[in-house]
Amino acid sequence: MTAQVQEPEVKSGAAGAKKFPGWDSRKYNYFEPKGRKATHYEDMTVDVQPDPERYLLQDWIISFADGTPTYSKDWTKLKSSDWHKFRAPDQEWERTHYQRQSTIVGMIKNVVDNARKSGAPARFDPRWVKILQDHLGAYKHAEYGLGKATMQAQRYGYTQMINNAILTNSSYKLRFSQDLTLYLSEIGMDLPVFDATAGKTHWMEDPIWQGVREATEAVMGATDYLEQYFATNVVFEPLVAELFRSGFIMQMAAAQNDFATPAVVSAAEADYEQNLANSVELFHLLAQDPEHGEANRQVMEGWLEKHGTLCVKAANQLQPVWSQPRVKVAQFNDALAAASNRLKAICAEIGIEVPAALTATTANDTQPAAEA
Amino acid sequence: MPDGLTLNKIIAQKGISIGEAARRVADLGWTPSYVQEAMTFPTDYKISKAPKDPMKQVLRSYFPMQEEKDNRVYGALDAALRGDMFRNVEPRWVEWMKLFLAIIPFPEISAARSMAMVGRLAPGDDLRTGFTMQMVDEFRHSTIQMNLKKWYMENYIDPAGFDITEAAFGKCYATSIGRQFGEAFVTGDAITAANIYLTVVAETAFTNTLFVAMPSEAARNGDYALPTVFLSVQSDESRHIGNGHSLLMSILNNPDNHQLLERDLKYAFWQNHAIVDAAIGTIIEYGTTNRDKNKESYAELWHRWIFEDYYRTYMLPLEKYGIKIHHDDVHEAFDRIVKKNYVHKVAQFFSAGWWANFWRIEAMTERDFEWFEHKYPGWYDEFGAWWENYAKLSKPGNPPITFVDTGYVYPHRCWSNLVPCLIREDIVVDEVDGEIFTYGHEVDRWTHKVAFQGEYQGRPTPAMGRFSGHREWESMYHGWDLADAIKDMGFVRPDGKTLIAQPHLSFEEKDMWTLDHVRGYEIKSPLITLRGMTPEQRDAHIAEYKKGFKVHKI
Repeated sequence: MTAQVQEPEVKSGAAGAKKFPGWDSRKYNYFEPKGRKATHYEDMTVDVQPDPERYLLQDWIISFADGTPTYSKDWTKLKSSDWHKFRAPDQEWERTHYQRQSTIVGMIKNVVDNARKSGAPARFDPRWVKILQDHLGAYKHAEYGLGKATMQAQRYGYTQMINNAILTNSSYKLRFSQDLTLYLSEIGMDLPVFDATAGKTHWMEDPIWQGVREATEAVMGATDYLEQYFATNVVFEPLVAELFRSGFIMQMAAAQNDFATPAVVSAAEADYEQNLANSVELFHLLAQDPEHGEANRQVMEGWLEKHGTLCVKAANQLQPVWSQPRVKVAQFNDALAAASNRLKAICAEIGIEVPAALTATTANDTQPAAEA
Repeated sequence: MPDGLTLNKIIAQKGISIGEAARRVADLGWTPSYVQEAMTFPTDYKISKAPKDPMKQVLRSYFPMQEEKDNRVYGALDAALRGDMFRNVEPRWVEWMKLFLAIIPFPEISAARSMAMVGRLAPGDDLRTGFTMQMVDEFRHSTIQMNLKKWYMENYIDPAGFDITEAAFGKCYATSIGRQFGEAFVTGDAITAANIYLTVVAETAFTNTLFVAMPSEAARNGDYALPTVFLSVQSDESRHIGNGHSLLMSILNNPDNHQLLERDLKYAFWQNHAIVDAAIGTIIEYGTTNRDKNKESYAELWHRWIFEDYYRTYMLPLEKYGIKIHHDDVHEAFDRIVKKNYVHKVAQFFSAGWWANFWRIEAMTERDFEWFEHKYPGWYDEFGAWWENYAKLSKPGNPPITFVDTGYVYPHRCWSNLVPCLIREDIVVDEVDGEIFTYGHEVDRWTHKVAFQGEYQGRPTPAMGRFSGHREWESMYHGWDLADAIKDMGFVRPDGKTLIAQPHLSFEEKDMWTLDHVRGYEIKSPLITLRGMTPEQRDAHIAEYKKGFKVHKI
């Protein structure tokens, strides 16, 4: 005799508790991943901003007074045969963004706290302190301006991937502008003479900084969001921002007894590597677009000329700063040559030409400026 | 160690105060003199007073704080899996998350985009850090919600509907209602959209029902993940409420803005009520299996969060600045929930069109009836027969309930908020630019015909947005066979025939409806039908519609 044991039906809401059509459909299935499998970033990002050309059955349902819909392809001169192709190489979504930002904040806090505890600011060369006060103090406004420009730009992109990449760019720039502000304020407390307001005065009035301010304002005032993104990462960053951060602060500081400032500034260099990777990926796609590549390259080369001219002028106006430290371990010409090469390398990756006029301006202007 | 000496005191060093740090950060801004920033997002408001930052937080404390909040959220999700949460979760609840989480990431990221708009318009730089934090917060909310949805998809018994989530968002009649909410944050007059509609009304008032009341109900249904994520999300909202209020105070400062403010508070409050209460009211009341009579009903929650908390302590004080508050609208919204059964009618509608959903809705049972009757006396008389019919027709082989003579009349759709005109006696028909439209209420008619125009009470309002697109979902499939429409939307499981939506929670394949079960029924657009009538026929039709209907048992 065999006993009949009836299994009680398990009531469970867990995966696999029952098998029925669709029980194992456990991946987002509405987009084409860039690689063989969708990354977590893609799952978090793709198609959250909808598109009437994909799934938006009823089209955008509110428009601006002139009929422009909630999102429009006309907000940039660049065109794409597939705006949805772009994926940000940094793959940021909220969790990775906070982890990275928080790590940077912690790194800066440790460096600054330890420097102050050991009395380091008081051992900075006095001339270097004045440079930090006036020039790093002025430069922080450029970072802030670019942060505002990219914050504006993240409203306009045609896909979630583009807008989120610009959004994190803005977050990085605005954090760094605050990092510099608070860093200078704090070391100022350890120094007998330090005017935390001097930086803004130099930013607004010092002829050395007027070219940078003009170039920054040109990015802020551009009405094409991809022009803003392009001008920030392809033009301004290599020609002005890296020139100053890397070519001046990072190289000069140690010789002035300053180990803290390069660590603070290094955060921006790493931020830029991410933002640059995202930008190059996007602009490369657009420059090589099978339908619009040629026209896009012309537009980008136009932006390069417009912002490049301003940025080269700005870079040259900064040249006197290299003469101010007591111990001169870096040369402006070397820094500018590195910046120029960096620009050429970036443009080569995107697939656009650096306009001849811009290259000539770089070369020609270097010498007179160096003699100024 | 001497008394009172701590490690913190030993290693502490002089720092700048939070107020001073915020002041110096705000001083990063300047007035451009070489190139002016263009006012690319227009507004008809005039703002000359710079808004102040009430929070005075800087980014270096914000990022670690948010990372810590994230660590708690993701730790809790891991713990929920280790604790086998899904074995005990109520499928009735999780099914509604397919709808809710398909909608909400878009409004969230729209709110991030809207920070560009207020950031550019607000004079000065004091509030820029507030806008920045909100921008990154909203990026957080959008992607953390996509993550939660993926987590449900991976671990819940029936992933269908989660797997097509953003495609479904674009296709579904119900998600379009949510899209009206999200698009309203970023389109049209920048202050109307990004300040009044988003922060002053949606975030200050309605996130309490969205992100506080709803998670409580989730926990009652064995879902500890939603409260973990959404209470963390809600903890960011106080910053946003502060941003909104600060900018509102700058706007109030100029009496010339008061007329527009009155318009926008009226529009935004009413539409938030119509949209959020439809969705969240239904999810809280009909997505739960918990029928504890001591817990608050949605009507009671609404009274606490919206009426007492928002209306009395936030809206009413605006009167002292000379702003006219439409008390009648607030009272009417509450009456619609308590006396006119707005939420119940929305739930009835969602179930009437279950085949067009991408989530399951199961029938209400005797246990549910008892609770509804206790909380909403008279409920059974109006809705009992409907749900009994729904249960009876829930297995395949029956016709879809929409096409059975139960007495139910398929509703017209409100052109303003896209929720159908379910309170039949309140329907309004009007002509705008030579076309006939239907509205759920007089305020909805006013919203389209009066508020969303280039002139308001004789004053030019060139920045105001317009309603556009194919706002009535049914008109997209007018004359289509049900099966073809469902296939076109992609609301079919991977076998190519079984519907994602089911009018029950059975996971037995034999109980599941396929395309063949719904073939042979035609979708009709109420609006196209109405527009095809003569004026006399139309009047008679609307008069009949206003009388309502009585569902009878089949």
